[in-house]
Amino acid sequence: MSPLSKTFITMKSISHLNKTIGRGIKIAQISNNVTAAKTTIDTSHVEKHSQQAQGWWDPNGPMKALHSYNLIRIPFIRDGLVSCSLDERTLLPLSNKVILDVGCGGGIVSEGIARLGAKVTGIDASKELVEIAKEHCTIDSRLENNRPSYHCTTVEEHSQHFFDHYDAVVASEVIEHVADKELFIQSCVKALKPGGKIFITTPNRSKLSEFVTICLSEHVFNLVPKGTHEYDKFTTPTEVTFLLERNNCHVQLVHGIMYYPVINKWAWTSSPLLIFALQAVKLAE
Amino acid sequence: MLITKSIQLNNILVTRITNIRSLTSYRKYSNNNEQKFKGKYDVIIAGGGMVGCALACAMGKKSLLSNLKVLLLEGSPDKKFKLKPEYSNRVVALNQSTKSLMKSLEVWQHVEKMRLQPVRHMQVWDACSDALISFCSSDILDDDISYIVENDVLLESINIELKSSTIKNVDIVYGAKVVGYELSKGGHESNGHIVKMHNGDTYSCDLLIGADGAKSAVREAMGVQYLSWNYDQMGIVATLHLAEETTNTTAWQRFLPTGPIAFLPLNSTKSSLVWSMTDTQAKELLNLPEERFVDALNDAMWKQYPRSSVVDACTSWLGSWLKRFDLPDGAERQLPPSVQSIISGSRAAFPLGFGHSTKYVAPGVALIGDAAHRVHPLAGQGVNLGFGDVKDLISFLSDSIYTGLDITHPNWMEKYESERQRHNVPTQLAVDALSRLYGADLPPLVLARSLGLQLTNALHPIKKMIMSHAA
Ligand SMILES: Cc1cc2nc3c(=O)[nH]c(=O)nc-3n(C[C@H](O)[C@H](O)[C@H](O)COP(=O)(O)OP(=O)(O)OC[C@H]3O[C@@H](n4cnc5c(N)ncnc54)[C@H](O)[C@@H]3O)c2cc1C
Repeated sequence: MSPLSKTFITMKSISHLNKTIGRGIKIAQISNNVTAAKTTIDTSHVEKHSQQAQGWWDPNGPMKALHSYNLIRIPFIRDGLVSCSLDERTLLPLSNKVILDVGCGGGIVSEGIARLGAKVTGIDASKELVEIAKEHCTIDSRLENNRPSYHCTTVEEHSQHFFDHYDAVVASEVIEHVADKELFIQSCVKALKPGGKIFITTPNRSKLSEFVTICLSEHVFNLVPKGTHEYDKFTTPTEVTFLLERNNCHVQLVHGIMYYPVINKWAWTSSPLLIFALQAVKLAE
Repeated sequence: MLITKSIQLNNILVTRITNIRSLTSYRKYSNNNEQKFKGKYDVIIAGGGMVGCALACAMGKKSLLSNLKVLLLEGSPDKKFKLKPEYSNRVVALNQSTKSLMKSLEVWQHVEKMRLQPVRHMQVWDACSDALISFCSSDILDDDISYIVENDVLLESINIELKSSTIKNVDIVYGAKVVGYELSKGGHESNGHIVKMHNGDTYSCDLLIGADGAKSAVREAMGVQYLSWNYDQMGIVATLHLAEETTNTTAWQRFLPTGPIAFLPLNSTKSSLVWSMTDTQAKELLNLPEERFVDALNDAMWKQYPRSSVVDACTSWLGSWLKRFDLPDGAERQLPPSVQSIISGSRAAFPLGFGHSTKYVAPGVALIGDAAHRVHPLAGQGVNLGFGDVKDLISFLSDSIYTGLDITHPNWMEKYESERQRHNVPTQLAVDALSRLYGADLPPLVLARSLGLQLTNALHPIKKMIMSHAA
């Protein structure tokens, strides 16, 4: 999972569309008439992420922040799906859960949740990254009987075939790369079973995140490759909540996340100004 | 469905002994045919003292850990334990936190069935002045301050649970002489650490725990810095027969210029002695006939030491001010018990030292108990720090497993190290500072510590803080 990749069909022609959409407010208007030609893919983003394929799985490599990010993302997803007392904990708490990882990148989150027993499908628009993910999941002997299955496709395409299907949809560091956010949310929700949960993490669109995410992480610390995020495409908890609630979901949690680059550590905070994590449940029709 | 699930389980953590990969790779290490590979474990605990056994027991009982395959290596033979009427001279003071750990491991019931003595009052005073501090369980905690338990009673209680049929994942080898550790640097290609035994057996594991005491060989293999010093002091222990029968739930400690002396209650007529002093003095006292040793003991508890009149004037001045504010002035002291005799042959001496390992962890290796830290026994904290290590280690490791991470993931290991050092190091340094502060009889130092003790005694919140840190 990753900050990177996102969904989709490869269509070069849409890049002008991205530009018009950009800010969330317009999204709502445009998206009412979704047509087959629409896509959530932003080609330029997909290419950027593909170029990163090389060092994807090196925990100290260019994606190291994404690796350490798992230390809070995985518990967030796990605890949103199962709650039990200390003594009832099991090795495979997610063993009966079917989960879709949208924008799975090289599979960092997919493998993390598969290790907890979940049956995971990972999709990404980047062919290279999907190849990396497929290859990497054969390395870990703990995944021998429960490898995630990876596909190069978009969520709008995938949800056509797998609707009302998943116990959970995870979109971690994806929505900020997506061209059509409403179509994206709509498709994610479509793939969910009623009662299923969606987990989203993404940078907030705030002055703070503009400075930190773009200046510091791309230019100063070289945490993520330059140009990975475009500030204009960032969204806010309010916008995401709005889109989710319009699509028959109830938002249950919004938490702030803090990242400390020097020590490469992530932590929950009360302020969602930098990055936020959101959990919502799909209501019965 | 069921079948696939159990296969998955198998694959998750429990590495089969017959793991072909580790067998073949092991051959690379052995150029000597006498070596026999005895198995690959998830966790090997080196050292089955109180702390190592408690960890093994926790790994057998806690839900997420009982899937790990664990090997406990203990150097001494497996002794049959029988509770004798006479008390052992090695005892520890267990705090509430240790008690709650032992309760959660179902060990405490066995301690209660054998024997223990609660401590409900504590009085600590200075031989060079009137300064005194007293703790009473009823006004500070709702529970007892601590419990005096013999080392072998506690160890046996842990072993009863450890060897019970409810624990299936822990193998124990007694009389285990480790001759070397080959530590792996971690990573996916590694086959873990190799432990070589004196008789040619070898074992391998992913996670190695050093619970092998102050002279830890695991710590040595890690190559970490170890700060240590000797106090040039010995601790003399003995079992005391008191002159009068009382409820005897008070722990007494007096700071003499030569080192602290403490009586820890065992039952209505017996107490256990821990008396620190210089090496030369200890040798003399060990050689005294028992009656003369008893005289020396009573002297140490009762004798008036030369006083500085300045210090006396200051403490009584502070006392009068405290009284004016209705605070305890330390004047209501209780009198310590007199010793009638010592249980014959119960006298023994141990060297005292300070030790601090600058790192508690290395890739796939962690230290617990005296292997990581050693303190002066004056505050009775030694083994409690070790049990605190066990508590934190099992909680961080369980969390890590529940998150799907490997048992050697650096994240939990770093957390363990920083959390424990944050607790242990200040405690060790405070105990060390106390032992130095009270090791002097220079009037300015005596004055400072006397006023400090008096004030601490008067101020309830500070006392509460001390008690809760020690707990
Ligand atoms: C005089 C004195 C008084 C004390 N009083 C108190 C007190 O009142 N309260 C208190 O809390 N603490 C007290 N302590 C400290 C307490 O005894 C220790 O903190 C405690 O024993 C530490 O337990 P441990 O399991 O970490 O180490 P140890 O008890 O040292 O156990 C280490 C174990 O490892 C085994 N071992 C070592 N090397 C190897 C090897 N290579 N292979 C296999 N096995 C090996 C040993 O056989 C031993 O069983 C006192 C200590 C002294 C000396």
